[in-house]
Amino acid sequence: MTRDNTKPLLLLHVGLLLGLFLLQFVLPAYHHTNMTRIMLLAAYATGYNILVGYTGLLSLGHAMFFAAGLYGAGMAAQYIGLNPAAALLLGIMCGAGLALAAGLVALRTAGVSFMIVTLMFAQASYLLILYFNDYTRGDEGILLSESSRRLDLGWATLDFVQPTVRYNLALLVFAACLLGLLALLRSPLGRVLVAIRENPERAKLLGYDIFRYKLMALCISGAMAGSAGACFALMFGYVGATYASIQYSILVLLWVLLGGVGTAIGPLVGTVLMFYLVETASDYTSSYNLFVGLFLVLLVLFFPRGIVGWLRDRAVPWLP
Amino acid sequence: MSLGPHLLLALLEGTVQAFVLALTALGLSLVFGVMRVVNVAHGTFFMLGAVVAWFCANLVGDHPTLGFLLALALSPIVVGSIAALCDVLVLRPLKHDPEATIVATIGLLYILEQGTLMTFGPDARPVEPPIQFRLLFPWFGYAGYKLVVVGASALLLLLVWVALKKMRIGLVMRATQFDSETAQNFGVPVERVYTGVFALGAMLAAIAGVLVVPVQQAHYLMGQDPLLLSFIVVIIGGLGSLRGTLAAAFVIGLSDGVISVFFSPTLAKILATLAVALVLVFRPQGLFGARQA
Repeated sequence: MTRDNTKPLLLLHVGLLLGLFLLQFVLPAYHHTNMTRIMLLAAYATGYNILVGYTGLLSLGHAMFFAAGLYGAGMAAQYIGLNPAAALLLGIMCGAGLALAAGLVALRTAGVSFMIVTLMFAQASYLLILYFNDYTRGDEGILLSESSRRLDLGWATLDFVQPTVRYNLALLVFAACLLGLLALLRSPLGRVLVAIRENPERAKLLGYDIFRYKLMALCISGAMAGSAGACFALMFGYVGATYASIQYSILVLLWVLLGGVGTAIGPLVGTVLMFYLVETASDYTSSYNLFVGLFLVLLVLFFPRGIVGWLRDRAVPWLP
Repeated sequence: MSLGPHLLLALLEGTVQAFVLALTALGLSLVFGVMRVVNVAHGTFFMLGAVVAWFCANLVGDHPTLGFLLALALSPIVVGSIAALCDVLVLRPLKHDPEATIVATIGLLYILEQGTLMTFGPDARPVEPPIQFRLLFPWFGYAGYKLVVVGASALLLLLVWVALKKMRIGLVMRATQFDSETAQNFGVPVERVYTGVFALGAMLAAIAGVLVVPVQQAHYLMGQDPLLLSFIVVIIGGLGSLRGTLAAAFVIGLSDGVISVFFSPTLAKILATLAVALVLVFRPQGLFGARQA
């Protein structure tokens, strides 16, 4: 990096977040809710991108970390009566904790084996949710009561049912993930992760304990997935096994591929586009998942760098 | 029913499942062994085989035996052609890169499954078995057709085995698997071998689908369980080892049959998926396979 790009970088990302903030005042109610979901899913995708885009680890089981946050926060709020802020924190810890546990085993493998091991872990987690049907209510899911989703601050109550609160909280979570990623990329840790992506053998030769660094990346990624999952549970009041299914591991891969693997704003771009594409398609056909398949194949074949990656190649090489 | 007959039933079901599984997993194992491609769409080819069988049965009408024979002939051709097309259009341009092809075959899985949903519909549709006779045990009757499944699978497994070990086509495949560049230098058309192997793997799955459909019904999502089980078998048997795959198919098929009768099927699946992950991590050569060069 020869030129200091801090200024345009800051301008772009702060501008993007400001734009998202202002968007809530013009969006109609339906798209307002959609955007809330999209920002949370984009936070999940941003975490996934740390792993696949900046560390070079392709996981096919990321939904288990999202589900860990979802169930951790949702069940604690519903059954123990934990307040939403504590439940959110617990959800994040569940995501990171599961990532730590899964990583200790799965990171002994690489490449194709890592993909299959994560896939199997995620499938086992999904089946476990179904198996403990008495507590999780399986496919049917748990509906959180509205009282469990209210945070008493003393001087005010923060109601997670209210659209404005939801939108801004989702924005906050997404902003935290995006800015966290940017900070990570400028930190020594981020440099090591990119070095591992580019050439794991050389990174090892330089004396880095790559297992430990990969584990850290996986935990950060799991924490972000957990925060998105926890917010999903608390804001929309529904905790169900579908969010743990393979579908959600594949979707996050698709969003990141479409937006651009290893680009900071790619996950948001990919999530917005794919969300609305599937949404529109589902109005016309029940086989809307056809587009998921088509996009996966076409992206891998003809557009492996994604939209933002393509832009970076063509016009704006300083994009992180 | 007491324990004895219960166990007999479980073993019978397990044997049938083991043979079908061996056939399906052999296809997956061949594709991985020769091409180094993890084919996530393998279960879809199984499903397509069953769906083609349903169309054949409908075409012929009142003659289930004729429909069955037609399906046995037609579905490998149809499904094999689809698979060959997938290889030429998608996997070959990706140069059979292991990670990219996994993502691509996930995409193919969605496309083929959703395509079936659009044309065949969301319902499960039954197909009549070609023969109607029941084996009468003192405790229960058993569908004689399932013995046909076992016989046909065994015959096919034997055929593939002989072809791979004794014939030129097997030699070419093993040469490609061992070192594709050297094989290419010796005049082996590696790209064509890849397409052929991918089609062959799909055909084996499709025939397994045809054999199973009279006892299971055709449905657009029916490929998911065979996919998972084949994965388990191929990994536990040792990636790319045919002998290991066959050995594991019998162990997994029989034990899955027995465990599912006596315990919860979900629990059996949880244990199996965890076992696969752990085998991949701690014993990547599989439980049966020797470490290959």
